Amino acid sequence: MTEPAQQRAEEQHEVRLEVNGASYDVTVPARRLLSDALRHDLGLTGTHVGCEHGVCGACTVLVDGAPVRSCLMLAVSAQGSRITTVEGLTRDDGGLGPVQQAFRDCHGLQCGFCTPGFLTTITAGIAANPDPTRAEAQEMVAGNLCRCTGYQNIVAAVQRAAELAGDGT
Amino acid sequence: MNTRMFGEKVARVEDDRLLRGHGRYVDDLAAGALHAAVLRSPHAHARIKDIDVTDVLDCAGVHAVWTSEDLDELGGSLAGPLPLLIPHPALTHGRTQHALARGEVNYAGEAIAFVVADDRYLAEDAVARIRVDYEPLPPVVGIEAARAAEHVVHPDVPGNVGARLEQANGDAAAAIAKAPHRLSLDLTIERSASTPMEGRGVVAQWNADLGRLLLWSSTQTSTGVRAAVAAQLGLDLRQVDVMTPDVGGGFGVKINHPWPEEVLVALAARSLGRPVKFTEDRREHFISSAHERGQVHHVEVGFDDDGRLLGLDVTFWHDHGAYTPYGLIVPIITSTQLLGPYKPQAYRVAFESLYTNTVMVTPYRGAGRPQGCFVMERTMDAIADALGKDRLEVRSANFIQPDEFPYDHGLVFQDGRELEYDSGDYPALLEKLRKLVGWDDFEQLRAEKAAEGKRVGIGVACYVEGTGVGPYEGAHVHVETSGKVKVATGLTSQGQGHQTAFAQIVADELGVRFEDVEITTGDTRRMPYAVGTFASRAAVMSGSAIHKAAKRTREKALRIAAEALEVDVTDLDIVDGVVEVKGVPGSTIDLGTVAVLANPLRYAFDEASRAATQFTVGDPGKPPVAEGEQPGLEGTDFHSPERSTFASGMHAVVVETDPETAEIKILKYAVVHDCGRLINPMIVEGQIHGGVAQGVGGALYERMVYDDAGQLLNASFMDFLMPYVTEVPDRIDIDHQETPSPLNPLGIKGAGEAGVIPSAAVFAAAIEDAERIDHPGLTIRAMPISPSELFALRQAHEAGKDTP
Repeated sequence: MTEPAQQRAEEQHEVRLEVNGASYDVTVPARRLLSDALRHDLGLTGTHVGCEHGVCGACTVLVDGAPVRSCLMLAVSAQGSRITTVEGLTRDDGGLGPVQQAFRDCHGLQCGFCTPGFLTTITAGIAANPDPTRAEAQEMVAGNLCRCTGYQNIVAAVQRAAELAGDGT
Repeated sequence: MNTRMFGEKVARVEDDRLLRGHGRYVDDLAAGALHAAVLRSPHAHARIKDIDVTDVLDCAGVHAVWTSEDLDELGGSLAGPLPLLIPHPALTHGRTQHALARGEVNYAGEAIAFVVADDRYLAEDAVARIRVDYEPLPPVVGIEAARAAEHVVHPDVPGNVGARLEQANGDAAAAIAKAPHRLSLDLTIERSASTPMEGRGVVAQWNADLGRLLLWSSTQTSTGVRAAVAAQLGLDLRQVDVMTPDVGGGFGVKINHPWPEEVLVALAARSLGRPVKFTEDRREHFISSAHERGQVHHVEVGFDDDGRLLGLDVTFWHDHGAYTPYGLIVPIITSTQLLGPYKPQAYRVAFESLYTNTVMVTPYRGAGRPQGCFVMERTMDAIADALGKDRLEVRSANFIQPDEFPYDHGLVFQDGRELEYDSGDYPALLEKLRKLVGWDDFEQLRAEKAAEGKRVGIGVACYVEGTGVGPYEGAHVHVETSGKVKVATGLTSQGQGHQTAFAQIVADELGVRFEDVEITTGDTRRMPYAVGTFASRAAVMSGSAIHKAAKRTREKALRIAAEALEVDVTDLDIVDGVVEVKGVPGSTIDLGTVAVLANPLRYAFDEASRAATQFTVGDPGKPPVAEGEQPGLEGTDFHSPERSTFASGMHAVVVETDPETAEIKILKYAVVHDCGRLINPMIVEGQIHGGVAQGVGGALYERMVYDDAGQLLNASFMDFLMPYVTEVPDRIDIDHQETPSPLNPLGIKGAGEAGVIPSAAVFAAAIEDAERIDHPGLTIRAMPISPSELFALRQAHEAGKDTP
């Protein structure tokens, strides 16, 4: 077991991550997860890790606009992609973005741990479907786990977010 | 006139930062800290013959590797087992684990070695290089094996029995023997767990300059962790500060303390002189935190022609896993709370709390009540069935009546106090539910659905929940010279919106703007006397303490203002942070100015303090701080009630079961609920929604699947079926009843656990009701139930092999 190879420092890779419109140069080993790079290398701790096997959706970020589980993506493979995290969902004037505001209006969060994954998922969802029916709203969040809210208010928040986004708020 | 905040659906102050990704959970703290990882036992039961850490010692980036031998040398109480937090005379054979296993492991997941490295990746690499020589021992898995005791978990615990407790009120056996009707039922609930979205986590930092330990933990009790970690490390209490930042859900599991990692991380931070962090991963949460719910019950009941309970005798077996740090709280709650809103003429209950080689048990939302409710409500349904009576009618015949409060059951509750219900109105609650779910019109719906070839059923379940247990909580209110109000209470928050609900209470009592109130929870530096957040107690206990502390602050403000304005205290009111002389416009003083007057100073350092120097305030003939007063516009108070408040509620569900596939679909879910006066109905309804979703999980999906070797087979979110949106009811119809509690100044009762309590009972009832269309006499006696289990139950019933 005591192979010297195991004890050598890991090979490091230089990666440029484009997150929320800013560029970050990081040096990471190949195995570093995007979720860990965002949280611990970039200090963007709004992205949360709930299961580390892609089931709960808490770590969902947008990669070139599409929802991706950042615990299932390596940081090195995010080079060249545009990443949006929960911190990037606010309006340009600093106000809450439409999905964030809808969650506040509808009491769509309690402990807030799963919330960033819902916010990013719904942001992509209403971009693709700006006027979801209730069934479509459910479908939009059907891959994310929440242990606090029971989801009813989250589904309401999807429709509210679509309204707000439609109004240009 | 102040706008009253109490009772309003006030939007949460927590939300803004949480929605921006600016929450601070434990793993978000202490950037650059070293990371810990734990080697856990792969065996459910084994002797540890040898641990070899040689291969780790020269690993790059590793700072420490410890086994139990190392802990002996590090001092404190670490050589011994972790504390048994809640001892009980009946817990004759209580056992707790060591921070790191010594010689033997008793569940797969038990901590054996601890590694600290530059990051978690390297720490896990190192853990993989530790070699342990095990001698496997026969594991005890499940209640049946524990009772059979062919093998034992702990060699010095005969029969695997940790505790046996019996309570009685009257002679139940005699009453049953004499009763005109008798039934017996065997009822089973499987294991489940809290599974908050954020697992456990702890960060510690040793400040050598101050000689202090700073510790952040994702816990439900900061003061508990503080005392436990201080004791384990041999530190004075005043050398340890514990802060609970944002917590990503608790639901009971985070009430246990100290976890091995809380002690080990603190120790590592002190030994290494660097901040150290442990963040539990999801698999670790499944195999090394805590579970609940696993119980087997036997009921003997005797009743009259109206279904009235003449004698009720319940014996049950509780699987508490490998260790008992949290004592007998869960089975004691089952044994007392299964009575619900009913008054059997005689009651006896006995339980055995059993060791198994599985993850230990601590309370999970509901804490033994879902099992108790399942037992009682299945019994009610069985009685109605036996008598051919309406299920609501049988329940009504057994209700404690509104004029019978306070109602003493003649038993001892989980807090060591009498099981005495403070207030309630169960008949009115049932009438609300009858209307809300459409009970009286259900047969029509059933017939309509039957015409479409569909099978629908309805179920109802009632519960009473002891909430707001003692011993106490406290609060400190401080008005700053800016007029801002800083409030601290010691219990912790994990998503319940305490910062909002408590600020509503302060705004009303003190007469300040809601926006000017800031609530801090779970910080031992701000409020060192506290108990914790469990048993639906936060609103009752801290809410009341905050109300009282705000009242004291108000009284002090009025005393000072009366003197400054030269009027009588009774002439004053406080509105939006300004003390006014009633009916005299313009005769006012800001609370901030009152705060200045309350604190005579020698030194001036800003405008407010210039106004407070002893040369400008006070009467030269009197001491600057009057006798009996303290400087500062502050108030501290505590709430310590005689006994618990008792909330109540009733749920009904309409389900459809597929005649071919046995799939179970929820058509309607109705909740009536009485938690006394509501501080914030939006938050209470959110708690109900979440509770119902967990209840749906517990009734239809979630279980801990252990194999015979004691391996947890579904230790991931892929395999442990927590509900997504697709599994919960589209809508929950809720109606509130507000019966104030006489035990606290606000008349409130707790609401946190309510939603989950009746789920197993109500789903069992509804599914059974639907099934009986095609399978008359089919009974459901075990939960959770999956479609395949329901299918098997149908087949067993047809073959005459089910047990009624």
